[in-house]
Amino acid sequence: MKEGFRQAMAWLHTWAGLIFGWLLFSIFLTGTLAYFKDEISHWMQPEIPARSVTSEASLNVAQNYLQQHAAGASRWLIDLPDAREPGLSVRWQQTPAKRGERGQFTEKLLDPQTGAEVQGRATTGGEFFYRFHFQLQMPYPWGRWLSTIAAMVMFVALISGIITHKKIFKDFFTFRPRKGQRSWLDGHNAVGVLVLPFHLMITYSSLVIFMSMVMPASILAAYNGDARAFYDEVFPASTTPERADQPAPLASLAPLLEKAREQWSGGRVGRLTVNNPGDANASVVLVRDGADRVVHDFGSAVTFNGVTGQLLGTTPEQSLPRAIAGSFYGLHMGHFAGPVLRWLYFICGLAGTAMIGTGLVIWLGKRQLKHAKSAVMPFELRLVEVLNIASMSGLMVAVAVFFWANRVLPVEMAGRADWEVNGFFIAWGLSLLHAMVRRGRAAWVEQLALAALLFGAVPLLNALTTPFHLGNALAQGDWAMAGFDLTCLGSGVFFAWAAWKMQRSGRAEIVTQVRARPITLEREAN
Amino acid sequence: MKVLPVSYRLAVTSRVLAAVLGGYIVAALASVSLTLWVPMARADAVVTGMMTSFLAYLGAVIWCFACRSAWQAWLGLIVSSLVLAATSGLAYWMGLS
Repeated sequence: MKEGFRQAMAWLHTWAGLIFGWLLFSIFLTGTLAYFKDEISHWMQPEIPARSVTSEASLNVAQNYLQQHAAGASRWLIDLPDAREPGLSVRWQQTPAKRGERGQFTEKLLDPQTGAEVQGRATTGGEFFYRFHFQLQMPYPWGRWLSTIAAMVMFVALISGIITHKKIFKDFFTFRPRKGQRSWLDGHNAVGVLVLPFHLMITYSSLVIFMSMVMPASILAAYNGDARAFYDEVFPASTTPERADQPAPLASLAPLLEKAREQWSGGRVGRLTVNNPGDANASVVLVRDGADRVVHDFGSAVTFNGVTGQLLGTTPEQSLPRAIAGSFYGLHMGHFAGPVLRWLYFICGLAGTAMIGTGLVIWLGKRQLKHAKSAVMPFELRLVEVLNIASMSGLMVAVAVFFWANRVLPVEMAGRADWEVNGFFIAWGLSLLHAMVRRGRAAWVEQLALAALLFGAVPLLNALTTPFHLGNALAQGDWAMAGFDLTCLGSGVFFAWAAWKMQRSGRAEIVTQVRARPITLEREAN
Repeated sequence: MKVLPVSYRLAVTSRVLAAVLGGYIVAALASVSLTLWVPMARADAVVTGMMTSFLAYLGAVIWCFACRSAWQAWLGLIVSSLVLAATSGLAYWMGLS
């Protein structure tokens, strides 16, 4: 580290990228899948029908259901269906036995047309990828901390990578295929620079999303240690009124939707909270759906008197700093994105995943060259190789197994949703074992081929186990269902190609290595 | 592969600790200092301070690996922490929060 600034940054980029690369790869891949979380859930619960009913009609259905089944609850929560999430979700919280305790929640999914409870197969669906992306299957709050730490490392790796890469625009138009190590580096730079704004946005916004958890010093300093006062100020609508203990009928909720839309110049209602239903002190809080604009407003809500339907208050206009934080959140989540933009998000996410993956391959490739002649690889290189294989191709296999488990496990099986998730982790663990016992290249080829087989056969599996096969979905215009099958098929083809390339380049490897060496060494900054 | 001397490894470990722990302290103090000084409503100032703290963290990490020695890395972080703590303390004493 005695050399110049750029060399120091290259060192930082290399090692920060290596240590967190495997974790970041899985975070980026699952996060990318989470952009289609509702579509994945739709494929994994095909029984839930897609209905197009107005918000008013589904709210009436929800109110009727809750009045019959949850009249004595302290709180109702109603999530209205939208185009991507067809289910009408109702939750209610029991009045806690003792003051200050948290009452128990019950959740039901309703058919917004008939009001009947929907009986879908038990699954975590796309929610699994979304949750894994920032909780890493760890107990609260450890997963969130680890993923935020990984995000900070990603931020450091990005900026140090930009500093290292001096000829950023010139090199951007350079791609030298079939040059071994050199092509990987060109590819790494190309995917890195091409979607650089996305990388910077997604990384910085992930820090902003969890900033009050990881960086609470300024809350404590400004509020004299009373963090609760800060949250009450930022989310004013979350305070619950006291019960009057006098029964009073709840007003009809549906007309409130129009009143809220007037307040938000047409903005849609996403969630309704009814506090103390059936009590004289009932209140209804309508929270805006995030999908109609980029800037997310956490606190944006309109509150009504639950008995008279009178407007009680609105949250003030978002201030500039909070709008900036909200737009970071909105940009990261991409709730506002329509189909085209959503695909663009997906592709950018894949580019980010590919950037991390190529970086890991380059780290190993460079060092393997030095040991090309000796038969045994040093332990640390072998370790990196095994982790590379398991974290990349192994993860792909695990994702495919997760989808397969959804169709293969019996619908009435106990603990079904958990076993889908277990299947994911068992497959991932087995891929690690497999990478340990097989030689590097053979392990790559076999795991990629398995991923190709599993993904490529998903449309067939879907056709054999459900009536929602590709032909049917296309005929009905169910693009989420058909798109899922087609994307899996496409992924299968891609993995087959990757496995084939890997096997072929294995044979030609010795020749290219000798040819590529002078170029690689000339550039070797780290 | 050449074996790296222990002193080099210790210096790298020292820099990593400076970057991770020292960098966090600098970032936290920077966010407090900014929150107390920026002329905004209290909640907005807090949000601004938290949002920008990661830039301070990034700067501190880059500093730790860019400077000539591990001692220099620590010295830079300690000096900036003291300065930030003093500005925060001054703001607190003046009742700016």
